[in-house]
Amino acid sequence: MSQPTPAPNKALRLIRWTAWGLIALLSAVTLYVVMDGDDKKGAAIGGPFTLTAMTGETRDVGKAERGKPYAVFFGFTQCPDVCPTAMFEMGQLLKKLGDKAADFRVYFISVDPERDTADQLKLYLSAFDPRLIGMTGTPEQIAAVARQHRAFYRKVPTPSGYTMDHTATVYLFDRKGGFVSTLDPNEADGPKIAKMERLLAR
Amino acid sequence: MTRFSRTAGRSLARALAFAALAALVPPLPAFAHDDCDPVRDVRPAQLAQGPGHAGHGAAHPATAPATGLSLSPAWTRATPPGAKVAGGYLTIENKGAAPDRLIGGSVEAAGAFEVHEMAMEGGVMKMRALDKGLAIPAGGKVELKPGGFHLMFLDLKRPIAAGESVKGELVFEKAGKVPVEFKAAAIGARGPDAGHQHH
Repeated sequence: MSQPTPAPNKALRLIRWTAWGLIALLSAVTLYVVMDGDDKKGAAIGGPFTLTAMTGETRDVGKAERGKPYAVFFGFTQCPDVCPTAMFEMGQLLKKLGDKAADFRVYFISVDPERDTADQLKLYLSAFDPRLIGMTGTPEQIAAVARQHRAFYRKVPTPSGYTMDHTATVYLFDRKGGFVSTLDPNEADGPKIAKMERLLAR
Repeated sequence: MTRFSRTAGRSLARALAFAALAALVPPLPAFAHDDCDPVRDVRPAQLAQGPGHAGHGAAHPATAPATGLSLSPAWTRATPPGAKVAGGYLTIENKGAAPDRLIGGSVEAAGAFEVHEMAMEGGVMKMRALDKGLAIPAGGKVELKPGGFHLMFLDLKRPIAAGESVKGELVFEKAGKVPVEFKAAAIGARGPDAGHQHH
């Protein structure tokens, strides 16, 4: 009646406990990441920022939009296709949403502050819905706000000057200032409206 | 029991890992091109044969003589005030036996003209000037449209208004200069016809 040697048993138990430990850790991390979607991630993407609005005044967007959902877009006025189309479609979307979106603001943040002065933004955006607000600033300010939104932009030389590569999604924020989702330039109207409806109802 | 919990644990871990991954991966942009076929291809009205410069070239379906290039009606968009750039779009079909290359052009409303390529990569709009032009393969068709290849009008001398026609010309390596007129659709139009716009 030889007893099984305790050594392998102990080793097995150790492995088992380590495995469970890892699982527990992983689930905690997963739970954290998943739960985060709503609250913590909001703090990670976007958040309050202060830039020069197209009217010339300094605007603290966190303060101006307190208690209201809003949107942010990075673009520039020397953009032939994506920016005017996105701004036009955003205006159409707001019109379709009716009264619910009466107070909704879309911040068009210039990634080309060298050429996009407040006046230039005001002139350019006058072709679109009045709820679109142009924002500019120093290159450093713009870089900081883009970083805050994890938005990418880069100057690219062309034969006659330069153009900008840039993130072309519309960022949506809820009334607590938390990042909710994005509108993609290639997305159809249906999903865009659904996202906006959800955002405005939050 | 041990075996069960171990398998269960493993699949749980796998599921959690997937969930973690899914939560971490950023949403990919949808590459849905739902445009209702904005470019109509137009048959060449009369394909001029021989070296003579046939036709006056100003008619709508512009045809480059002797080369078999056929251009669809070209279009652009109205520009917001203060805009210094606009895009030009059309489809170029090469029915000839030799490849050609779009190397440049001009429009009266703009100080500069470039041939560009645009792409969306992970939500980032990237645009490049095509230094060597745009190849139009023999027997092939190249579409210049929003979100892809396009003509870039820079240094606009005046805003482009919806409904107007902007005169210009395209320059091909072999076919040479081909006159073209860009009809201006509304800001944000998905295609050349105003009807494509959703109000």
